[in-house]
Amino acid sequence: MLSRILSEDFPRSKTLTALLLVIVVSLALGPFLFDGIRAFTTLGMICVFIMVVAAYDLMLGYTHIVSFAHTMFFGIGAYGVAMAVDGMGNSFGAVLVGIIGALAVSFVLSLLLGLLSLRVKAIFFALVTLAVAFAFLSLVTQLYNITGGEDGMRVRVPRELGPAFRPFENSLPGIDVPTLLKGLLTQPWNIGQVWQEATFEVRFNGRNVMYYVLVAMATGVFLFLLRLVNSPFGRVLQAIRENEFRAEALGYRTVVYRTAVVILSALVATLAGAGFALINRYVNPENTLNFELMVFILLMCVIGGMGTLYGAIVGSTLFILAQNYLQDLLGWVGQYTAGIPLVENLLGEDHWLLWFGVLFVLSVYFFPAGVVGQLRIWALQRRNRKSPPPSGPEAEPVAQT
Amino acid sequence: MTEETTAMPLSETGSGSERERRSPIEWLRDQREHRAHLFLLAIMLLASIAVIDFRTWLVLTISGVAMGAVLFLMASGMTLTFGLMSVLNLAHGAFISLGAFAGGTVLAFWLDGFASSPSFLTNLVAIIPALLFAAFIAGVVGLVFEKLVIKPVYGDHLKQILVTVGGSIILMQLIEVIWGPNEIPVTRPEALQGAFLVPEALPLIGGIVLEKYRLVAVVLGLAIYAGMLWIIDRTRIGILIRAGVESREMVEIQGYRIHLLFLGVFIAGSALAGLGGVMWGMYKELLTPHMGDEMMISVIVVIILGGLGSIRGCFYGALLVGLINLYIGFVEPRLAAVATVGLMVGVLMWRPQGLIPVIKV
Repeated sequence: MLSRILSEDFPRSKTLTALLLVIVVSLALGPFLFDGIRAFTTLGMICVFIMVVAAYDLMLGYTHIVSFAHTMFFGIGAYGVAMAVDGMGNSFGAVLVGIIGALAVSFVLSLLLGLLSLRVKAIFFALVTLAVAFAFLSLVTQLYNITGGEDGMRVRVPRELGPAFRPFENSLPGIDVPTLLKGLLTQPWNIGQVWQEATFEVRFNGRNVMYYVLVAMATGVFLFLLRLVNSPFGRVLQAIRENEFRAEALGYRTVVYRTAVVILSALVATLAGAGFALINRYVNPENTLNFELMVFILLMCVIGGMGTLYGAIVGSTLFILAQNYLQDLLGWVGQYTAGIPLVENLLGEDHWLLWFGVLFVLSVYFFPAGVVGQLRIWALQRRNRKSPPPSGPEAEPVAQT
Repeated sequence: MTEETTAMPLSETGSGSERERRSPIEWLRDQREHRAHLFLLAIMLLASIAVIDFRTWLVLTISGVAMGAVLFLMASGMTLTFGLMSVLNLAHGAFISLGAFAGGTVLAFWLDGFASSPSFLTNLVAIIPALLFAAFIAGVVGLVFEKLVIKPVYGDHLKQILVTVGGSIILMQLIEVIWGPNEIPVTRPEALQGAFLVPEALPLIGGIVLEKYRLVAVVLGLAIYAGMLWIIDRTRIGILIRAGVESREMVEIQGYRIHLLFLGVFIAGSALAGLGGVMWGMYKELLTPHMGDEMMISVIVVIILGGLGSIRGCFYGALLVGLINLYIGFVEPRLAAVATVGLMVGVLMWRPQGLIPVIKV
């Protein structure tokens, strides 16, 4: 059963399994385990970016297509829903029309982009996608009478997905895990009080419904992609990654496969963008189309581990947690370094990205396989040390970058 | 221009066939194949003069060339590094910002007395140190950057993209740490402010207004271009660089320490980016840490248009991008960026290696 769901692609490392379980449970029970609007937003973003990054990984990690136009498709999805709802009122029909329209636009654009790669290879392709994405960004910014320009658009979601909708009469019980853990660590002697402090009431409203829709979407997309990369189709993609010329010589039409991957990944990104618009209820060029966002997606993909879909889960979780909470950590460290002129500035709360950049460069050098890849390598080494296999180690499909 | 050309579209091939009818076709076809850059430039100039009033056109053209010159300064370093070392440095934009901030510091804080005096010579006392300081800082950081970040990933484009993107984040954050997150206004030196008014008495061009700064940018850009061409075509270093672009191994076999050459070119490229950054900073008169990144798109379009690795191609690419930006910006400002990218995609469809191809990717 489990092996069918996961398409026989298991985490293959105990640490990784534990990590994934923690993440999945936290996401699944999210609104009941973490109190506060900030935690809720973080959880929603993790779900959205799991989809985006998994789709990007399909291109980057499995097929070695470097594209910088991924945010363009994400933005098409977000703006598609926003514009449809803006024009047709906040009904589910409008959302559906928006999603379908966005998917159609993404399909056409990604098809053109895929065909462009016939003419323009590798590094040229990467740069061309960068330029195309930028042109799209500038178009969205300039056409302010349709898109709202820099100001962006509010998305009036259907009532069932908004905060006014209450599916349950009573509020549900919830336990704030961070408070609980903090209490257990600092004052383990009065568990009763800690427990009382940690419990809170969940007012289950439409936003939580939307969150669970997102969780379902992310699960579906992830399992679908997992199935895809472990199918014969996925094997061809990996063959293209390892040696495109040889894959072609073996009789596979690499152009068809490459184009298919570009389209598929664009469609998933569009879907994720629609989800983003519905949970964030506000879209603007900065949160959907910016080049910085593209870089973030790239970072999530690489940190999680290219060529491992589990990396999308780990990478986006780690990155978004860092984005939201590394500032707090730096602020906490900052208390102790206040007064030292340069260090104070370097450890300022605003410069979390600096430290993340340093970590990123170091991880590309020392752990090119990413968190997931590295955990698998370690697990494999441990297994080999325990029982050396008779005929060499089993070939591990770890992304060779 | 006659009436029939007024409706000519701003695209390259359509108007090309129009012109072929009147001129010897063979000659034109030859030009199109062998001097694609000049062909495209001529078409763009002719097509635009047909739709825009002559005086406006002249002002736009000079501004476009000025923008092209600044773009060339910024892009030439990146194309050189790619051509010679096959290193795609996406952190180039951060070097542009760095140069702009270093030069801006000299102009706005250290030598602001000289910069605000009305005499041009006194201004030069501020401008020249600003340019040199920007080039120096960018060059030194380039040296460190090459040693720390790029050297371990030679020959692996994917990793280069990743590492230089990371490096660019680090550099931009460091700029924010040092200069603060706020925008810094930098006024141009006194002598470069304002504009020339061409006397009304002159025929044709009488009455047009030319911004002084743009003229200076054109002169500086042309000077640097000429200098680079001289170095590349006439000096021993230039021979080595060209040989390195052609075949790295052969240069190594001859006993040259190619890594030193790489390092030198990388430093020169970063210094040029810094120089371009100062010019761009004075053009915008406002410094933000992201200003270089915003220019990266134009820079990338320029180097792709020209053919990665070619100095000449980079120059003509910069001119084309500068001109199309101004022309389209004049007709419909919203479409300027789209037209730039459209130009690039069009050229790539026609010539996948760029206008003056040097290397095969």
